[in-house]
Amino acid sequence: MARSRSAELDRKKLFADPILIGTIVVLIAFLTLFILYPLAVLMVDSFITEEGPTLSIFQRVLAMPNFRTAIANTLKVGFLVGVLSTLVGLLFAYVEEYVQLKTKVMDGLFKVVSMLPVVSPPFVLSLSVIMLFGRAGIITRHLLGIPDNNVYGFWGITLVQTLTFFPVCYMMFKGLLKNIDPSLEEAARDMGASRWKVFTSVTFPLILPGLGNAFLVTFIESIADFANPMIIGGSYDTLATSIYLQITGAYDKDGAAAMAVVLLVITLIMFVVQKYVLEARSTATLTGKASRARMLITDNSVRIPLATICLLIAIFVVGMYICVPFGALFKTWGRDFTLTTKWFEQIFTRQQGFKAFQDSFILSLIASPITALLSMIISYLVVKRNFKSKGFIEAVSMLAMAVPGTVLGVGYIRGFSGGLFGSGILQGLYGTGIILVIVFIVRSLPTGTRSGISALRQIDKSIEESAYDMGANSFEVFMTVTLPLIKDSFLSGLVTAFVRSITAISAIILLVTPRYLLITVRINELAEKGAYGSACAFATILIIITYGAVLLMNFFIKRFGTSRAFVEEED
Amino acid sequence: MATEQKGVRLEHVSKIYQDPKTKKDFYAVHDANVNIEPGSFVTLLGPSGCGKTTILRMIAGFESPDEGEIYLGDEPINELTPNKRDTAMVFQSYALLPHYNIFDNVAYGLKLRNMDKEIIREKVIRILGLVGLEGMEARMTNQLSGGQQQRVALARALVIEPGVLLFDEPLSNLDAKLRVDMRNEIRRIQQEAGITAIYVTHDQSEAMAMSDEIIIMKKGLVAQIGDPHTVYYKPADEFVADFIGESNFLRGNLTAKDGASGVVTVEGNSIEVSSVDDDVSVGDTCSLVLRPEAAVLADEGVLPAKVILSRFMGHYQNYHVMVGDTLIKITDFNPKNHKIYDVGDDAFVAFTKDDVHILPTTGEKTA
Ligand SMILES: Nc1ncnc2c1ncn2[C@@H]1O[C@H](COP(=O)(O)OP(=O)(O)OP(=O)(O)O)[C@@H](O)[C@H]1O
Ligand SMILES: [Mg+2]
Repeated sequence: MARSRSAELDRKKLFADPILIGTIVVLIAFLTLFILYPLAVLMVDSFITEEGPTLSIFQRVLAMPNFRTAIANTLKVGFLVGVLSTLVGLLFAYVEEYVQLKTKVMDGLFKVVSMLPVVSPPFVLSLSVIMLFGRAGIITRHLLGIPDNNVYGFWGITLVQTLTFFPVCYMMFKGLLKNIDPSLEEAARDMGASRWKVFTSVTFPLILPGLGNAFLVTFIESIADFANPMIIGGSYDTLATSIYLQITGAYDKDGAAAMAVVLLVITLIMFVVQKYVLEARSTATLTGKASRARMLITDNSVRIPLATICLLIAIFVVGMYICVPFGALFKTWGRDFTLTTKWFEQIFTRQQGFKAFQDSFILSLIASPITALLSMIISYLVVKRNFKSKGFIEAVSMLAMAVPGTVLGVGYIRGFSGGLFGSGILQGLYGTGIILVIVFIVRSLPTGTRSGISALRQIDKSIEESAYDMGANSFEVFMTVTLPLIKDSFLSGLVTAFVRSITAISAIILLVTPRYLLITVRINELAEKGAYGSACAFATILIIITYGAVLLMNFFIKRFGTSRAFVEEED
Repeated sequence: MATEQKGVRLEHVSKIYQDPKTKKDFYAVHDANVNIEPGSFVTLLGPSGCGKTTILRMIAGFESPDEGEIYLGDEPINELTPNKRDTAMVFQSYALLPHYNIFDNVAYGLKLRNMDKEIIREKVIRILGLVGLEGMEARMTNQLSGGQQQRVALARALVIEPGVLLFDEPLSNLDAKLRVDMRNEIRRIQQEAGITAIYVTHDQSEAMAMSDEIIIMKKGLVAQIGDPHTVYYKPADEFVADFIGESNFLRGNLTAKDGASGVVTVEGNSIEVSSVDDDVSVGDTCSLVLRPEAAVLADEGVLPAKVILSRFMGHYQNYHVMVGDTLIKITDFNPKNHKIYDVGDDAFVAFTKDDVHILPTTGEKTA
């Protein structure tokens, strides 16, 4: 008994569909070339020298005290950020799902807090922490009278990363808590358990795997984060910044490659545990949709303290963001608080702001539709089609999620600066806008793919089968059925890709050449120089652009979301 | 209406799946040999998991067989993708395209064939008339009742004038009354259109009422193929006899045989029968299949029995009686003027020689 015959027939049917085969081939080539190959090159670089395979590069790198410290630093920060983000995220989600708070202000605050980190460039919080708590910080210097507060280093990074990443946990827990059947908890209440007892004996065990999951997700984000440690780390090096300095400061490319491999291995291990052990378990414990609404907690002794904590944190976060435009509007931060537009003017007159916005905008605008379409195609293939290399496509596009931007950047430098394997083939790519666009695509592909996959799983497979049956080929099915049905997911993928691209820095900073000026790179430079006024002006405009993009998306989803006749398409 | 009526032929078709739990391969369909005449209405009937949907999906092209060959008309279609096959399927979930209105749903297949807009319009309107949905072209699919969605799915399949129509339990989401209406409707439209139809169901009354032929399946195997009369009165084995309607089985011994006639000894009583399966020879143990409604209780008859249950059900009297060690169920229809036996009474089970069918004993206890 063998299933070889049906497999062979399936293959023949697949090959009868040239567009499908073409797409698969192109996809595999793309993923191999721009995700697997650069990582492979890093391995080769760090294990093989002219004398053959060796561990000497690793020995050298690991012998550097700075690097050993950086590993320890990264793990310490990552651990603490993971714990804190998980706790704060859980608190917010619990208050939202369990506590009676129905006021517009609270609702709005929660929404803003969950949205801000999505639309803002990664290092904005670092900027504001420096401006609030740094040497010239409004709070430390002017309110508390501490002239020389040092925010740089461990606590600075931890604070900023926690505030940046806890909303991710908040959204995850919100989803989990929503799916807990209230009758489980009510049953415990009925038997006389206190609120706290219900939480520890029913709710908590149910979300325990989710806690682990959230912890690891933020741990990985923290480890991979480049921008915040860069700006607020001071002399406190993390892996990502060490790699950057190794390549830009010490010009030690083999060393950087080996360091990148270390970072990659750490994130990969975490990622595998997170993805294959915890993620599945964290949803498996929940039965599905809650059967009915939950009785919210109205007891003031619970409500007031929890709500107050959340409120304070939320106001703090919002305050940090508000700091940024003001940083650009004050004449001299910390000294002269007269309002001025000079920083905004300066970035266009002196800082080549116009070119920076133009370059960032155009490159992101090119990358985002490609990313959105690619991720929808990948999701479609993964969810709806069956073929041999499907596992490969899925695994590699998810792998990209675990690769820190800095690692990817080093991989691209090593992989493409001399052409493929140093042969000169495709060397023309290096230093061009194309490679920047490709980096944007690769960096946003996993998020898009993930949302595409979950959107497609909702669609009954027989809907597409019926279209096939009526005589449509794969391409026609994808265009007339699949894509229209996941329009919302496509649109949000488009905007997410745009926002991620225009705010990206970690990989791009290693690859950008003077031909292109990117906003994020500019902000980073200015912040390093201590030119906070200009940095804030750039950041403010950038936030306005990304926020505008999100508003536009919501508008379109509302106006044109799902199930409208395809009149537009017919003519 | 169909450009050409096409038959469907399955030759030694098997499909192997892997059990997701045990990781073992098993036959979901095993060595199916089926010949479906052009223009006929054939049902695939069998208990859940017996492979009906799998056969249908192999014909449509969504699954590929592991053994054997499938022909549509005279053309082998194993290597054709679903869109290249001259079949149209009506799904259990209807699978209407939710972002199109009714008109566009029905027109979908025609548009793919690059037909002229006017012709498409004409055809769609005509088909919608046929299924009783005229004037509803502009509605979205979520504004329809289950029965209406069902009709759209049917119209969409009919309009492309396929050689073969495939139905996978199309009525199972409807309420009982609508189910009966729709099955008559489907049968009428199929006959009007003259399209070959293959219809999967596990509702035997549906199969009986609609089919020219019924294919009864059991665990991946074709148990019997025949018209409704044959499968009911001459079931191929105890599984079929038990699955279609209700049956009593009496163990016996064939003592004489002449063509289809013969004599069977049951519990020491010789019984004359007129319908003996070809596989039973003189001297074999065999099963005597007796339908509950084919027998009556009487003061004299073929087999002596003791009544152990007697219950008035309105339009019939329900009896359980023991013949030796075997429980026999009898339904006595319209019992008003019949003699009613009570629990503990002795009586005889009476039937004529044409009312029973003799099968080889399978050894399996199905009753
Ligand atoms: N993709 C698959 N992978 C593995 N096993 C499958 C797959 N599809 C179906 N099966 C198995 O094959 C057998 C036949 O399935 P099939 O769907 O044909 O049954 P069916 O007769 O249509 O049942 P039902 O009346 O419940 O719809 C079942 O045991 C089923 O579990
Ligand atoms: Mg089925």
